Amino acid sequence: MRELTYAEAIREALSEEMRRDDSVVFLGEDIGVYGGAFGVSRGMLEEFGPVRVRDTPISETAIVGCGVGAAMSGLRPVVEIMFSDFVAVAMDQIVNQAAKARFQFGGQFSVPMVIRTPSGSGTGAAEQHSQSLEAWFVHTPGIKVVTPSTPADAKGMLTTAIRDPNPVLFLEQKLLYRVKGEVPEGEYTIPFGKASVRREGRDVAVITYGRMVQRCLEAADAVAREGIEAEVVDLRSLAPLDRDAIVASAKKCGRVLIVHEACTTGGVGGEIAAIIADSEAFFWLDAPIRRLGGLDSPIPYNRTLEDTVVPRTAGIADALRGLARKGASWPRA
Amino acid sequence: MGIPAAKLKELFLKMSQTRHFEETAARLFTEGKVHGTAHFCIGEEATGVGVCSALAPEDLIAQTHRGHNQAIGKGMRLDRMMAEFLGKETGYCHGRGGCMHIADSSVGSLGANGIVGGGIPIAVGAAFAQQYRKLDAITVCFFGDGATNEGAFHEALNLASVWKLPILFVCVNNYYAMSTPLNRHMNISDIAVRAQSYGIRGKSLDGNDVISVYEATLEAKEYVRREGPMLLVLNTYRYMGHSKSDPQNYRTKEEVESWKKRDPLVLFRDRLLRDGICSAEELDALDGQALRDVAAAVEYAESSPEPRTDEVLRDVLAE
Repeated sequence: MRELTYAEAIREALSEEMRRDDSVVFLGEDIGVYGGAFGVSRGMLEEFGPVRVRDTPISETAIVGCGVGAAMSGLRPVVEIMFSDFVAVAMDQIVNQAAKARFQFGGQFSVPMVIRTPSGSGTGAAEQHSQSLEAWFVHTPGIKVVTPSTPADAKGMLTTAIRDPNPVLFLEQKLLYRVKGEVPEGEYTIPFGKASVRREGRDVAVITYGRMVQRCLEAADAVAREGIEAEVVDLRSLAPLDRDAIVASAKKCGRVLIVHEACTTGGVGGEIAAIIADSEAFFWLDAPIRRLGGLDSPIPYNRTLEDTVVPRTAGIADALRGLARKGASWPRA
Repeated sequence: MGIPAAKLKELFLKMSQTRHFEETAARLFTEGKVHGTAHFCIGEEATGVGVCSALAPEDLIAQTHRGHNQAIGKGMRLDRMMAEFLGKETGYCHGRGGCMHIADSSVGSLGANGIVGGGIPIAVGAAFAQQYRKLDAITVCFFGDGATNEGAFHEALNLASVWKLPILFVCVNNYYAMSTPLNRHMNISDIAVRAQSYGIRGKSLDGNDVISVYEATLEAKEYVRREGPMLLVLNTYRYMGHSKSDPQNYRTKEEVESWKKRDPLVLFRDRLLRDGICSAEELDALDGQALRDVAAAVEYAESSPEPRTDEVLRDVLAE
């Protein structure tokens, strides 16, 4: 199969949907001639013109609000927020408007809007351009939150997001933009709320998402040489969350490591741990559930410091070894 | 005055309905029949009714949460409004939103917003959709004087101006942002000058004179269709507190009384009599009809079922 980068896969999905459905419009800062801050929309202005690929002022509240109103009026806007940190500037429109419009008006409106935005650290962009803020929105009923980890998923899940009648926060993993992978040709959708088991194993269940999937797979390969078989579950979508897949993997392995880039406290990992502890998987656990998230720190500028605050492959592998050790089981009387 | 007599009577009826609706709603509050809050527009009836009565069914409005006049002006049903106020299943939002979030997509209402200024960017989006679809319709966006200090207002006016969207921004200036008077929350006395910064037309007028409001809206609508956005500032006054819990210690009784001398309903009644459009009997009859309509709305609302608790999650997400 042909390969595309993660960024190209996103562009392909958006372009296919714009060709298929003239209600799809694309709004954002510098998405036209400039091609988007990460080059995702390069060439789209030429194909679709300035009416449908629309550069906006630097006004995140107005951009998202415009998307909400356009969606309530029958269009399917895709809005790009240049860095996911900037969603904080548009918070009212996302949390109080987009996520509430259907419910508070008794189902009279739907808000089929996608907010595409690059998330995560690793580029030396420091505190205000590197955060992983998904937990804020997972905690907001009325909006879906997805975090594709491969080019194929990015394409299929963006297509799903555009066709979804609800607001979707589409968190692109900025360090994955140039990563290549096999991507099917033509239109296809990947349903939300369905995790993907990226690696089968029986010793430790690794529940993760976004760019940490890659690191977890590398760590799993490293410990496999030592006889530890880790299973890596890529959640893909965080709201809705695939509870069944989480519980099934936890039951199968009896030991669980949850990995995400976002800071640990208040993170999605706590929710995943609670789902396991709250389910029949609890009785299969051979060791306490372990969370490995980012440190509770803003993302620093210095490369070494930046690397220090998010989970690294070596750290994930160490956590796997620790969990797989015999002594990591419950103390027996 | 070139407005047909039937339209003038419609304006009078809708203003009377708004007044009676709110006075009745306030009484239901006192009787302990309402869970929640309400923001009354008594004294401001001419603004929403005057503007919305000048619109076509396909024109859209984004309302404020002091907007029963806007809702009635655009043609929303009193019974379903009252049912929403009482939190009933038959209410416009099935008891989910209350009167702070009343909406009726079937008459072109995008809903009332609980966040000051929150509806302004949304209205811009609706106007964007109208422009994109090359529709003849416009969007009218209501907000108060307080909202013009929100960033959303400035971002939205700028965006609408850059894209020349068919949107009429209507600021209902009642001179108070909750308790803070205009002269302490902005350093200008005419809000319409804010339009200049965004390269759009701005105009202020007496918001208690429903005929001026109606005619200005008709004119503005044509302008907006042709030229793009415009800001209309309607200067008016609210007699009641900000919400039900307001002690009103920030203004004098004399100030309120002085505004009541320019009550929009009294002004309009006098004008209709003076111009020989209606007789006193006709106006009394319209007022009586408004009272009966509101009484019927209360009966409908009170006899309507409560929402079912097992359906509470119904509209969190669309299927």
